[in-house]
Amino acid sequence: MSKKKIETEKMNWEYAAAPESASHIQLKEKYDHFINGKFEKPSSGKYFDSINPATAKKIAAVAEGNSKDVDKAVKAARKAYDNVWSVMPASERAKYLFRIARLIQEKAREFAVIESLDGGKPIRESRDIDIPLAAAHFFYYAGWADKLDYAFPNRKPKSIGVAGQIIPWNFPLLMAAWKIAPALACGNTVVLKPAETTSLTAMKLAELIQESGLPDGVVNIVTGDGKVGAEIVSHDGIDKIAFTGSTDVGKLIQKTIAKTDKKVTLELGGKAANIVFEDAPLDQAVEGIVNGIYFNQGHVCCAGSRLFVQESIKDILIKKLQDRIETLIVGDPMDKNTDVGAINSKSQWETIQGYIELGKKEGLEIFQSSCKMPKDGYFIKPTLFTKVAQSSRLAKEEIFGPVLAVQTFRTVDEVIEKANNTPYGLSAGVWTDKGSKIFNLTSRLRAGIVWANTYNQFDPTSPFGGYKESGFGREGGLHGLSAYLKFD
Amino acid sequence: MKNSIQIPDFSRSPKVDQVGIIERASRFQTRSIKNESKIQALEMVLNMIDLTTLEGKDTIEKVNQMCYKAQHLHDDYPGLPTVAAVCVYSAMVATAKAAVKGSGVKVASVSTAFPSGQTPFSTKADDTKFALDQGADEIDMVISRGKYHQGEYNFVFDEIAKIKELCGNQARLKVILETGEIGTLDDVRRASDIAIYAGADFIKTSTGKIGSAASIPVTLTMLYAIKDYYLKTGTMIGMKPAGGISTSKLAIHYLVMVKEILGNAWLTNKWFRFGASSLANDVLLQLEKQRTGGYQSKDYISID
Repeated sequence: MSKKKIETEKMNWEYAAAPESASHIQLKEKYDHFINGKFEKPSSGKYFDSINPATAKKIAAVAEGNSKDVDKAVKAARKAYDNVWSVMPASERAKYLFRIARLIQEKAREFAVIESLDGGKPIRESRDIDIPLAAAHFFYYAGWADKLDYAFPNRKPKSIGVAGQIIPWNFPLLMAAWKIAPALACGNTVVLKPAETTSLTAMKLAELIQESGLPDGVVNIVTGDGKVGAEIVSHDGIDKIAFTGSTDVGKLIQKTIAKTDKKVTLELGGKAANIVFEDAPLDQAVEGIVNGIYFNQGHVCCAGSRLFVQESIKDILIKKLQDRIETLIVGDPMDKNTDVGAINSKSQWETIQGYIELGKKEGLEIFQSSCKMPKDGYFIKPTLFTKVAQSSRLAKEEIFGPVLAVQTFRTVDEVIEKANNTPYGLSAGVWTDKGSKIFNLTSRLRAGIVWANTYNQFDPTSPFGGYKESGFGREGGLHGLSAYLKFD
Repeated sequence: MKNSIQIPDFSRSPKVDQVGIIERASRFQTRSIKNESKIQALEMVLNMIDLTTLEGKDTIEKVNQMCYKAQHLHDDYPGLPTVAAVCVYSAMVATAKAAVKGSGVKVASVSTAFPSGQTPFSTKADDTKFALDQGADEIDMVISRGKYHQGEYNFVFDEIAKIKELCGNQARLKVILETGEIGTLDDVRRASDIAIYAGADFIKTSTGKIGSAASIPVTLTMLYAIKDYYLKTGTMIGMKPAGGISTSKLAIHYLVMVKEILGNAWLTNKWFRFGASSLANDVLLQLEKQRTGGYQSKDYISID
């Protein structure tokens, strides 16, 4: 009897498409502002398009805010603060936060799909990271709400008032959770502005908040571009600003509020050093490097965008890294097997492309994955530049894309000096088998977060924030509470 | 022994970070393998199985029945491949050899005082010679774990090298590390390096005789050793996880791992095997499900 012979020399096995279904999601054609518990049309009457960056097609229209909308939202937040939220027993506040957390879990799949459609990130990441972490933040801070008196021994914490919160487009729902959860737990009310390219999950969150029965005006969401953000920052009724975004805008915010007594926390850019020593577990370091720079297409403020490799292992590490990059699947964010999705917007695509051209012009050695690329939408291949000097612009400026600059070093002191030689100081990574080396580096690297033998790990219990031009103040953990409290 | 290659200092084998390995391992398990990819994978899995019986109560009849199954996995499903090999004790090699004659199915014999390896080397050598005389195509030897834990890496190395010499051109050598007794992933890595440099054609996780058998993190650690050796020498080494892999889904995750760490070139039974006794039937159920749309009763699939 003849048996089918499977080709024994070379097998060509590829993964078939495995798209996540979008049939269960409910998106409106148009999204209005969420003010005082209701959806309100923008006073300008204007809307702008929200684009799916993987197809460059419109998925919904979003209200374009202006000063009138912001004023309305701030007044609603003030009223809710004075009359309801700041005087409610803390244990009652906690119940609402727990309810929101549970509702996010219940609707996790819908949020994940919309996050990927609107922002271009792979569904694996929105499903396994963004949405579960967002829920975890609400759960975590819900737990703190009625224990604030014990969080700061011998000090009496009080809520601040109305918080103006401006969030970026790289982790839309997660950043909303990072901002809203601690603010509410501490008894503040908020006016939140999502990034203009990724407003949809914030608006779905508004629907969820409405469903949760949260008192009107405790959370208000006004959509629009930077002008709306500027209106929030300069509004007299705002007591505290929390901003995550670019260092340039962070500086602008500081100037604007310089003559006021507004409190502020800023979480800004970064150009993190990921440092690999010759005694490191190399294969795991390669994973950490890939996770550090290609996670979320490199749209991560704490991305490990500068790789420092000890010179003795340079060749083998780069070879392993290149092989690993070749296995990354770039394409449809909705496919469950996609590792690297779409660049968030056309303008960001142009920025990153500009840096790649610059690197080539500077004469750096470039390596890009040979992967197939989608025809439409904004995609960039995972990119690696070697032979980069400390003085190269690619090693100095935040690219916010899947572009890694590789430098080499010889000694511990040299790499610490080079790693700290940047205006930023958000995060860093250290890879070594030797514990004492880890402690030496973690205490001497000027970065808010230092990961040892791992990278890009997030948890609501862990504070997150920067040194120098990466901002100040901490989000997450106990530290994240104090940003939303004042003390007598 | 591969003379042209410099033997490294095994006490300085590359370090492994367990947390990182587990994290990477979990990523393979989030890959979604569907439709034609799934069918292709299931057929590959069947063709990579070393169908195994290693019991004190093995008889000629039992081995003959298993050998028939190895060639006729499920004749109701046309065009299925055979398994890669049957794996038996040396006493059953002649029986198995006759039973699979002409089918392309290889006969593998466990050897070197399997499973413990706790005998003098002369006994191990005799065991191996007997299996080879009986016509074994593959030898699955165990390493001396006791000696490994005594730090006598050269002893372990030399045993493997000598068995490899006995195998000559007749048989390919699989070296069983018994990772459940070896210890941490650092040790798994070191033992893999010892086996590879001593001349293993395949490295294999387990005997199947102790509780802790193949796992994705352990296999991943071994695949990295194979990858490093390939990068250094250009020579391919095979991998055989054994024990504990009994579902199609898990087997497919192993294939995903091999593809992403070593590449498509390793996705044949020349370079990758599953040591398993019950995996084949689950794969057959899944294939029938893909073909007919419904799960069949297990009674339609023959045991053996």
